[in-house]
Amino acid sequence: MIAAATLACISSYRVSARINAAASLATLFGAASFLAIRPEAGTLLFIDDLNIVFIVVNAFVGFTTSVFSASYIGHEIESGRLTQNHIRFYHAMFQSMMFGMNLALVANNIGLMWVAVELATLTTVVMVGLYRTHEALEAAWKYFILGSVGIALALFGTTLVYVAAQPVLGEGLQTMAWTNLIVHVASFEPAILNLAFVFLLLGYGTKVGLVPVHGWLPDAHAEGPTPISAVLSGLLLNVALYAVLRFKMLMAGNAGAVAPGPLMIGMGLASLTFGAFMLYRRRDIKRLFAYSSIEHMGIITFAFGIGGPLANFAGLLHMTMHSLTKSAIFYSVGHIAQIKGTQQIAEIRGLTQSHPLLGWGLVIGVLAIAGMPPMGIFMSEFLIVTSTMARSPWLAVPLVVGLLVGFGALMRHVNTVAFGEPLGRDAPDQASYAPLYGHLAIVLAAGIYLPAALVHWFQAIAILLG
Amino acid sequence: MTDTLSYDVAHLLAGGMVLVSFMLLYQDRMSALLNVFALHAAVLSLSVGWQAFVQNAPHLYVTAFIALGLKAMLIPSALRRIVRRLDIHREVETAVGIGVTMLAGVGLVALSIVLMLKVTAGVDPLGRQDLAFALAVILLGLLMMVSRRNAVSQVVGFMSLENGLILAASGARGMPLVVEISIAFSVLIAFIVIGLFLFRIRERFDSVDLSALHRTRGDTH
Repeated sequence: MIAAATLACISSYRVSARINAAASLATLFGAASFLAIRPEAGTLLFIDDLNIVFIVVNAFVGFTTSVFSASYIGHEIESGRLTQNHIRFYHAMFQSMMFGMNLALVANNIGLMWVAVELATLTTVVMVGLYRTHEALEAAWKYFILGSVGIALALFGTTLVYVAAQPVLGEGLQTMAWTNLIVHVASFEPAILNLAFVFLLLGYGTKVGLVPVHGWLPDAHAEGPTPISAVLSGLLLNVALYAVLRFKMLMAGNAGAVAPGPLMIGMGLASLTFGAFMLYRRRDIKRLFAYSSIEHMGIITFAFGIGGPLANFAGLLHMTMHSLTKSAIFYSVGHIAQIKGTQQIAEIRGLTQSHPLLGWGLVIGVLAIAGMPPMGIFMSEFLIVTSTMARSPWLAVPLVVGLLVGFGALMRHVNTVAFGEPLGRDAPDQASYAPLYGHLAIVLAAGIYLPAALVHWFQAIAILLG
Repeated sequence: MTDTLSYDVAHLLAGGMVLVSFMLLYQDRMSALLNVFALHAAVLSLSVGWQAFVQNAPHLYVTAFIALGLKAMLIPSALRRIVRRLDIHREVETAVGIGVTMLAGVGLVALSIVLMLKVTAGVDPLGRQDLAFALAVILLGLLMMVSRRNAVSQVVGFMSLENGLILAASGARGMPLVVEISIAFSVLIAFIVIGLFLFRIRERFDSVDLSALHRTRGDTH
């Protein structure tokens, strides 16, 4: 899989969106093969129940995004916003970013994981600034500065974990391996672990988009090319969350260390509430869904913070569903913005009449993300609320309030955008509907019926997460 | 070589880095700022070299050498060229007064030393002191990033922060080589990216003052 990604990085210089898509497909097959054959854990790379979920989601959304990006980029060249050189650069960066994210997920070494996350960050920074407009540059700069500081804090946390592990495990490479750390964590110095976790949560939390440190997220989503918004929301946030989860497992393994749950619950609730209220006043449609991503990452962090098999299960499910739904929404929004030539919500009206396929796709996507019953997100949100009720009822109040506030805001906006008299520029759409409706179909299917095998699989991981 | 001597020298060098971090805080000329940053990197390289000697870890010499070659020489000279080309070597705009910044810096150093010494009681004293100083350098770097408006001095702040990280990593006994080399590489990449940005910013706004850049705050466009 990694070889495929690296190769694609070179070959995609020969300019073809097709190569990009093919490479992503190869990555997907590689990821799927890990389901069947599981390689032995090495000192640098490993596969276990937890990261395989992330890898498969990552590779799948990566593939559909590359399909979407092919038609999106085609339009951008026609309209002259991007030149051939940009595209070459774009495809190379796209594959390096996927490589970085997958490497972060399979890394067995906390140092290597850090390097991979940094690689993914740097490539996305360049992609966000791709349009070279004033706003895109500002967004990229903001993202770069906040992302670098976050990643620097995470490295300090990583060093502290090593310092804590070194008296027990000795020196050298094996001291930074997850598989060793998790076995011996009980005998680490708890005070150092506490300090390390604060740094790691703030550091990787910056990349997750948790609230005190979320500032880069809306700008980066709104100003970058839409395929990048889709992978940022659907994948990069997950990768950072995966890092937080790994360290949470470490913390949970040490009896003397402070419980990581309350910290994560706090940041999760703050993100949820903030994101939900910020949804109301948005005027830019991509920015709207960026805030919705903050809201949902808050919900997921909250679920993992609550802990226990049920909440962890719900958190995993929600994460998967959110990745699929949010990227589907960005696929439709990308085409809509291209057709209308604007991202302003006020200038888009009556999409279901002028472009029924895209318009209804957006409506279904928004209904799903807002948590309407037949969809998968409803199920995961429902599970999160019930498990919160069971464990600490008072926390369910702000959770439900946040969910309802977000729901209201999304309904209001989708109503104006999708219905009424068509407004704004009307152009024939050359959209690729397959990625959009493919994702929505999976989300719908998951909401109606989850295969038993999948349930068992997620349950096993949920128990692993503690 | 007695233990006390090796301890004292490591202490001296790490302490020196904190001191140079303070010097970075009150520079008001761009060229002086870059010189002090070069000094910062040189002290880092000495400190890492000393750790390599004390810990008998030859791979740390590589890190020390990278710090010396890349950060003390190459990057400052490149930044100097940027500064000259952009003609911004006169004044460093600060967002907060220098007195206040210095006071905040003193507070941060005190905080980091108290915190680290308390937390790392079980670790060997050499690494412990280094970690405390490294955290101080990191926090001072952060402080510099928030208290400066100019893109170049923010970048210098960020790189001094990275120096602190390397100090921490070298102080941790036997931390694997992979990490250090990759840090150096990522700094290089980061620098290229930053360089790109600086030039692009210049092309667009005729200024590298970041306060010229806040049109996207909220949805006001």
